[in-house]
Amino acid sequence: MTEPVKVLTEFVHEDESWTIDRYLRAGGYEAARKACTEMQPEEIIDFVKRSGLRGRGGAGFPTGLKWSFVPKDTDRPKFLALNGDESEPGTFKDRLVMERWPHSIIEGALIACRAVGISTVYLYIRGEMPLGYRRLVGAVKEAYDRGFLGKNIFGIDGFDVDMTIHRGAGAYICGEETGMLSSIEGGRGYPKLKPPFPAVSGLFGMPTVVNNVVTIAYLPYIFGRGIEWWRSFGTEKSPGLMPYSVSGHVERRGVYELPLGVTLRELFELAGGWSRPMKAVIPGGSSSKVLRLPDAWDVPMTFEGPMEAGSMLGSAAVVFMDETVCMVDALYNLLRFYEHESCGQCTPCREGTGWSVKIVRRIAQGKGRPGDIETLLGIADQAIGKTICVFAEAFGWPIQSYVALFRDEFEAYIRKGAHVAHGAQPQAAAHAG
Amino acid sequence: MSAETVDKRELSPEARKEFEWLCGRYPRRRAVLLPLLRIIEREFGCIDEAGMALAAELIGISAAEVKSVVSFYTHYKRDTDGKYVIWVCNTLPCALRGARELTDALERKLGVRCGQRTADGRFSLKKAECLASCDTAPCMQIDDDHYDHVTEQQLDEILARYE
Ligand SMILES: Cc1cc2nc3c(=O)[nH]c(=O)nc-3n(C[C@H](O)[C@H](O)[C@H](O)COP(=O)(O)O)c2cc1C
Repeated sequence: MTEPVKVLTEFVHEDESWTIDRYLRAGGYEAARKACTEMQPEEIIDFVKRSGLRGRGGAGFPTGLKWSFVPKDTDRPKFLALNGDESEPGTFKDRLVMERWPHSIIEGALIACRAVGISTVYLYIRGEMPLGYRRLVGAVKEAYDRGFLGKNIFGIDGFDVDMTIHRGAGAYICGEETGMLSSIEGGRGYPKLKPPFPAVSGLFGMPTVVNNVVTIAYLPYIFGRGIEWWRSFGTEKSPGLMPYSVSGHVERRGVYELPLGVTLRELFELAGGWSRPMKAVIPGGSSSKVLRLPDAWDVPMTFEGPMEAGSMLGSAAVVFMDETVCMVDALYNLLRFYEHESCGQCTPCREGTGWSVKIVRRIAQGKGRPGDIETLLGIADQAIGKTICVFAEAFGWPIQSYVALFRDEFEAYIRKGAHVAHGAQPQAAAHAG
Repeated sequence: MSAETVDKRELSPEARKEFEWLCGRYPRRRAVLLPLLRIIEREFGCIDEAGMALAAELIGISAAEVKSVVSFYTHYKRDTDGKYVIWVCNTLPCALRGARELTDALERKLGVRCGQRTADGRFSLKKAECLASCDTAPCMQIDDDHYDHVTEQQLDEILARYE
């Protein structure tokens, strides 16, 4: 049985865990001090590369490699944009760290800034997290007061870092990195075509590193405790720890910090299991493909594990569903989310989300038509890979996987106009507005 | 709307100071638009035509530009909203754990459907798209206050806090 390893989450349940005094008592800011004063920027990047740290925001991109793409010999200002938008349904790990252990993010940001030669940081927090916003603003103020932000940090001449908390205003697409940059620039949260990648031309057209807040929050621990320690968790390709967000049908929902590679069964058991037989699990946030249970119980939650099972680790947001869940309904729920959140720039996504909601609603209301399933799959197929950002995948993958794995339920609905899941409530039909 | 029908607004000295400070935090003034809209929302209770005109003037862009941005985001309080906005999360992880029942109870108590405003203008009830609080569903937010594990029995007491 894989045991929880509490690093970012060790003190989060304490009162006042978010204060700088609590953080300093836990040894806070020492790792960054050491890294920034004793290592050359190149060495820091190399260290992160060797640690094998990969992004915790969803795509799992190697962090050190990403940093190395930023041009070195340039007079242009460079930026660090921290992604705390956390809007992927099922995900709530970033909220916990931002609300209750915010100084780990600031300390990690200092290491990133030193490595890449950055002096301006923006942290984008979603609008629906007012408490996180207040805590981060407070933490930044404390850090300035104690000299961990501002000028000549750690006594290093010219090591200046400014950090500003930028509050969003309700838009899932602002979690997509270039959508987030547009939003920081003061515009609609429209994603931008890549290339150019943010590392070369990002915020205000300048070289920009975009990292998830939890990716950054792990840095002080990796530098403080060493590569060997970090690599003692997880696997060769997926080293280290991950805060898994576990929700849906389990007794004790919450954030579980564990090594990468924990199985879905272990997560389920750690979260207290559930009283009814299980039917399905979403392993990596609502955009990742749904997996069938019991088939997926032994899938290891590494970057590779869910992929081999036909899905992805994504944001490590695990949503369990028991046998009462109607999969037509579940898909309808998610597609309404995606319809609402499509930014509308690209036709296949703007129209595809709308059409697919209408079709699944029709099916859920018992008015499905022969050919509806094929049309749905066609919509997904025509959107995936054909838009500016991968939002098209985010709504296309659910369509493909719910239909592929639970086709019998969709067909039965269309044939009989009724749900077939045991005890399932046809909520969609009852509440289609 | 013509300029005459929009009453002219000004920021309070304190808000003005905050705005000036923000201008120093970004290399371009335009980037201050989202935070400025939060200031305006706080100062005037919501963002209306006059508020957008004020933002346009302070940033130095057209009111249409501001409107285009405001309309992209769902979380700013608008003049069409009630005094308090209730956001009830209904996305899948919450739906699995009682979000529908909470939404139904709110609709019954307030006498409106999701997406509507009560007749007295006190509340707007809105469906939230994931509040990143899937571990505490059913959950809701009233303006900046977050409520976890909300039961129907608690609703009267909670709603009474919002006069
Ligand atoms: C539609 C969409 C939504 C996303 N939402 C988030 C998010 O809320 N938070 C996040 O960190 N990354 C999100 N991402 C991934 C980011 O684009 C980006 O890969 C990530 O922030 C990079 O940080 P990392 O390398 O540290 O993981 C999203 C991507 C897409 C396509």
